[in-house]
Amino acid sequence: MANIISDETIDYVGILAKLELSSEEKEQAKKDMGRMLDYIDKLNELDTEGVEPMSHIFPVSNVFREDKVVNGDGREFTLANVPERKDDCLVVPKTIVG
Amino acid sequence: MSLMKLTATGLGKKIQNKEVSVTEAVNAALDAIEKKEEKINSFVTIDREGALKRAKEVQQLIDRGELKSNLAGVPVAIKDNMCTEGMLTTCSSKILSNFVPMYTAEAVLNLEKAGAVIVGKTNMDEFAMGSTTETSYYGATKNPWNTAHVTGGSSGGSCAAVAAEECIYALGSDTGGSIRQPSSFCGVTGMKPTYGTVSRYGLIAYGSSLDQIGPVAKDVTDCAAILEVIASHDPKDSTSVKRDDYNFTSALVDDVKGIKIGIPRDYFGAGLDGEVKEAVLNAAKELEKKGAILEEFDLSLVDYAIPAYYIIACAEASSNLARFDGVKYGYRTSEYNGLHNMYKKSRSEGFGQEVKRRIMLGSFVLSSGYYDAYYIKALKTKALIKKAFDAAFAKYDVILGPVAPTTAPEIGKSLSDPLKMYLGDIYTISANLAGLPGISLPCGTDSKGLPIGMQLLGDCFKEKNIIRAAYAFEQTREYRHSPLSLS
Amino acid sequence: MKQYETVIGLEVHVELATKTKIFCSCSTEFGGEPNSHTCPVCTGMPGSLPVLNKKVVEYAAAVGLATNCKITKNCKFDRKNYFYPDNPQNYQISQLYYPICRDGGIEIETKDGGKKTIGIHEIHMEEDAGKLVHDEWGEDSLVDFNRSGVPLIEIVSEPDMRSADEVIAYLDKLRLIIQYLGASDCKLQEGSMRADVNLSIREAGTKEFGTRTEMKNLNSFKAIARAIEAEKERQIDIIESGQKVIQETRRWDDNKEYSYAMRSKEDAQDYRYFPEPDLVPVVISDEWLEEIKAAQPEFRDEKINRYKEEYKIPEYDAQIITSDKHLADLFEATTAICNNPKKVSNWLMVETMRLMKENNMEPAELKFSPENLAKLINLAESKAINSQIAKEVFEKIFNEDIDPEKYVEENGLKTVSDDGALKEVVKKVIEANPQPVNDYHNGKKKAMGFLVGQIMKEMQGKADPALANKLLKELL
Repeated sequence: MANIISDETIDYVGILAKLELSSEEKEQAKKDMGRMLDYIDKLNELDTEGVEPMSHIFPVSNVFREDKVVNGDGREFTLANVPERKDDCLVVPKTIVG
Repeated sequence: MSLMKLTATGLGKKIQNKEVSVTEAVNAALDAIEKKEEKINSFVTIDREGALKRAKEVQQLIDRGELKSNLAGVPVAIKDNMCTEGMLTTCSSKILSNFVPMYTAEAVLNLEKAGAVIVGKTNMDEFAMGSTTETSYYGATKNPWNTAHVTGGSSGGSCAAVAAEECIYALGSDTGGSIRQPSSFCGVTGMKPTYGTVSRYGLIAYGSSLDQIGPVAKDVTDCAAILEVIASHDPKDSTSVKRDDYNFTSALVDDVKGIKIGIPRDYFGAGLDGEVKEAVLNAAKELEKKGAILEEFDLSLVDYAIPAYYIIACAEASSNLARFDGVKYGYRTSEYNGLHNMYKKSRSEGFGQEVKRRIMLGSFVLSSGYYDAYYIKALKTKALIKKAFDAAFAKYDVILGPVAPTTAPEIGKSLSDPLKMYLGDIYTISANLAGLPGISLPCGTDSKGLPIGMQLLGDCFKEKNIIRAAYAFEQTREYRHSPLSLS
Repeated sequence: MKQYETVIGLEVHVELATKTKIFCSCSTEFGGEPNSHTCPVCTGMPGSLPVLNKKVVEYAAAVGLATNCKITKNCKFDRKNYFYPDNPQNYQISQLYYPICRDGGIEIETKDGGKKTIGIHEIHMEEDAGKLVHDEWGEDSLVDFNRSGVPLIEIVSEPDMRSADEVIAYLDKLRLIIQYLGASDCKLQEGSMRADVNLSIREAGTKEFGTRTEMKNLNSFKAIARAIEAEKERQIDIIESGQKVIQETRRWDDNKEYSYAMRSKEDAQDYRYFPEPDLVPVVISDEWLEEIKAAQPEFRDEKINRYKEEYKIPEYDAQIITSDKHLADLFEATTAICNNPKKVSNWLMVETMRLMKENNMEPAELKFSPENLAKLINLAESKAINSQIAKEVFEKIFNEDIDPEKYVEENGLKTVSDDGALKEVVKKVIEANPQPVNDYHNGKKKAMGFLVGQIMKEMQGKADPALANKLLKELL
């Protein structure tokens, strides 16, 4: 395997992705990712010098909305599926200490 | 004959002619579901009450002459990644196992306007990530042709429900082949429209630049009719395209004289099962007999589509699925210590293995120092692939090939080797990268009795070319009902 | 001790004055019930999609033009990925690779009276986050998405500033430009203008930049000045003690006059930007840019010149009135009604400024209407009320925006210009004050003032002082 994924890398990606893997899952993830990257490295065979990266397929541009208030009170809509609610707010574990 | 044997447009006509009532049609579907669901598991949610109530409303509108669509009153199933107001929408994931949206996806709204009756939401690979419908939190869906085999995925529930005749037609979504491949495995007809043709508003995103909703049905006529209803220019979806012509059914003509069909040699090389190859090439010959001009050519770049796809799809997915965090909706872990622990536990417990694998890969390829090497490289590859298709469509009206290298594998044989599973998407993935329309339709069965599908690809906005070729081919053979539909 | 130079760059966030949010049709209005201005888009509901508000592009381009930037003809949005509960999608739609404006700059006046150009690296469009309220005793924070999706522009300066004074001058200039454009009201206190300070120090004379820190949570000019001073000292201390400054984000606590690092191991600061697939590029044609240019309002310098020419008010008045867009707007609206520019300017420069200072207010907070100020000026000019009464009535207008005509009527404040009634009072005052009357006759002109004062007192201030003077002279 050309791509060896370290424990540090898996931990770092776990922080970015907000995923907590068990040590077993971590070992599997290292293997899977390494193997996938080896496969992906196939793209290096391809000469893409001077090619413009294509994020959108069609040359569509300037899709706009007019600046007009259309939406009304969205409270019940927004809060309908909230795991924890207090009055009209969503509740999360405290974000600042002190 | 059971009503469930009919096509959507066939049943729709009988309903308009008052030969069949909407309630009868809906009851037929609900009875079929009740009988078969245990064996097949196509549905995550079955809405018996809602469907029967809606049936009455639709009947009234038809009776008053206010609903004339030939889909009015026809029972439909919706893939569970499309939001439906007041109806559970799970993406077959634990993390959304309690999510009831307050709004309906635009494509589904369009169907409802035409009088469709939703009988339920279909099973899928979790967040549409998978090619077998085995990654669902609600268990695998089984192939109606042989329940020891997978349905394909990710729209496996929709395709199986149509093949098993639990509904008349269904909606699926296709990010890398997720409509076409399970359609092929289940012996039904499924279509992925040109990117931007059907609004993505209300479709829970996997790979936003690749996702497209499309029909799954018994035949090409239904697919064209359904597409005509669900396609729309939606101001709520900035990538929705305003098309000049939505009249897809006008392409339902049995005439392919002079149509140029390109057969990419790269789609028939090593890795393609011999029986599949034979069936697809025989189908091509049928079209040749009807006057189409066949020509082999080298499409090129085929091997690069999968790596480019997995970079783009996983990168977008890692961002699209960040919103599932236990704060606003869906699953929140019961015990946690602080915010970040809550995030991590909710997500780790809420997502399945394949989803986590793709989020990890997507986060990695976007992370500092790797963006150019992976993501930009993939976008450049995408540009080259699009160019290769442009060159091909300068010469051909339609590209014909297999949908998948094999017929449906056995359940439990695919997930242990994800890379191998990914390679199974080799013929479908390019259409998503290049935004092309594609249709998968049955063209035979293998020695095990499993369906084989063929794929027709068209240039962007040229759905009519593939509808026409598919329709002409379809006239050469009978629709084959799956064994389970006959039980 | 070595000499150090402070190098400062600013990231200024400005909330745009659109009616709706950047990607959905929810109101941007302040003060709604929590989560009332929300919809699936600005709360990150699955399946929702953003659609760009055209006005945001126009405001951003207008600010770019007014700050001498190059406008990117083909600009795009990117996703900035990070988890935080005020950010419902856990990514912010922003611009990294192709921001709408680049390479501009504005001129400021330095303390020694010189001019200096502060470069603007780029301006980009993005969405604001929601609000978190922290339960002081509990273990929770509460999330309100009303501000989520409010349009922002972020103006990133070059590291061209060297002192707090230059920072304040730059911010002041920026604020004025944006206010004049009508693109934002730029209130620091309310957060519609926010500045993050990037600061590093280096030994005087060196070319290399030092390691910088980013300071957040600065919500007044005073806080900015204090934070800059404190951070400069902190960094000098670190370097003098032989250590290295760490590149980090710090949060300023203005009460404690102290900043602390916002680091956390869960905070990787790796935003994984990539092009936003749900939005298409924005192409700004020359024609559109011309339209935006044509729609630009008159800027301050143009206004000053016009005020001098059209309204014939002195340069000094024009300078003060145009120092704030709200003040200038008020001036023009009032003048349009009462057609007396000099008087309007006087009321704004003297009484209005005095009361604002007393109440610690900004011009944007002025509540009174031009109609009522114009009515007051007319009342005073027609001598219907005298100047002392006028000042009292103005305070009422300033605080409560009362209708002065009604108020004067209801409270009987009209100047008594009826000769007969006033004559009676004058006679009474002359009789009651023989000594001052005598003094007057003996050439002590000062006594006149005293007598007029007595008349005004008797009249409860409602007399026309000129008329009282005239009658008094006659009767004496």
